[in-house]
Amino acid sequence: MLTLQFVPYSEIEYISSVGRIRKLLNIAKENRIVLLEGRLKKEEEAELIKATMEEINKDFKGIELSVIYPNKKESDLFRKLKKGFVNMLLGDRQGLTIIGPASIVREIKKDPDKIQLFTEDDTRAKKRRKK
Amino acid sequence: MANIFEKFIKAFFKNLFRRKKHIKLGLYGPPNAGKTTLANKICEDWLGESMGKVTNVPHETREIQIKEQINIKSGNKEISFNLVDTPGIATKIDYEDFMKFGLTAKKAKKRAKEATKGVIDSIRWLDNMDTVVVVLDATKDPYSQVNITIIGNLEARKIPVLVVANKVDLKKAKIKKVQSAFPQYHVVGISAKYGNNIDEFYESLFKVVG
Ligand SMILES: Nc1nc2c(ncn2[C@@H]2O[C@H](COP(=O)(O)OP(=O)(O)O)[C@@H](O)[C@H]2O)c(=O)[nH]1
Ligand SMILES: [Mg+2]
Repeated sequence: MLTLQFVPYSEIEYISSVGRIRKLLNIAKENRIVLLEGRLKKEEEAELIKATMEEINKDFKGIELSVIYPNKKESDLFRKLKKGFVNMLLGDRQGLTIIGPASIVREIKKDPDKIQLFTEDDTRAKKRRKK
Repeated sequence: MANIFEKFIKAFFKNLFRRKKHIKLGLYGPPNAGKTTLANKICEDWLGESMGKVTNVPHETREIQIKEQINIKSGNKEISFNLVDTPGIATKIDYEDFMKFGLTAKKAKKRAKEATKGVIDSIRWLDNMDTVVVVLDATKDPYSQVNITIIGNLEARKIPVLVVANKVDLKKAKIKKVQSAFPQYHVVGISAKYGNNIDEFYESLFKVVG
């Protein structure tokens, strides 16, 4: 079973880094895929990986993490012009962060323009089809 | 008279500390990218000895390894650094993956436990680095979040970065793809295992360390 949980930015906006990471990791540990509106800070991404490593055991194998940045397709100049202004208004609220338990999400493949979520169910289905 | 003496003492200690200060050059990247293979290549080229064990089983390096005082020369340029080989950074570790390489369940679980600690140490050590070589497997998708997170964290800490696209001896290697994923960085394609393009790697290192 695949369960997605959407977390709006407002839910993490005013909590500490430690609290944010705890909250997101707890959802992933309940075998749900987190769709977070916006992004963590770079240092928080590293802290999230650290916290994940501390909790790995025979049931929890870690996470798949992917951050989608906004405006990837726009021309460089346009992006630069807009960036300063939009960042001032929205900051880390832009983009989308996906955090999935590794046992459910096999990999998240990312190209500049597209993102693909491979789940364990896909893998099994593919294997069955091959047979 | 006392003044001259004071100056002499100051200069003496200044020199002492300058001599002691060594650049820490870190090797970061995902597991199995070839960090230890590159560390061995560097040590063999400049010290005539190797540094760490290399296998095809992921997470072979599970503790930070340091080789002190490596001097690299090219023309009249010279840099001296302590080389730090790290376990690397991963977001998941599954002991069952190790069993596919023939490890018993018990050994696989022990390796997984050590591997998680290794990742934590790698992240902790980020703050100690003066310059970092990010080693990527050029046959793999460069857009993985682990790569982006490593480079983003180095950027946030203002640590100079050289990106190595390793394993160019393999047909599947795509240096261009690595370059387009990290356009703001100097990317050098090498084979740490067979030594392809290693001179360009040292040249690039001079540029990044400065
Ligand atoms: N073909 C090829 N294989 C390499 C190269 N560098 C490393 N490897 C192989 O990749 C695997 C992992 O290497 P290792 O140095 O332990 O990776 P680390 O986990 O990043 O330290 C080993 O099987 C190496 O022999 C390379 O340049 N070319
Ligand atoms: Mg290694």
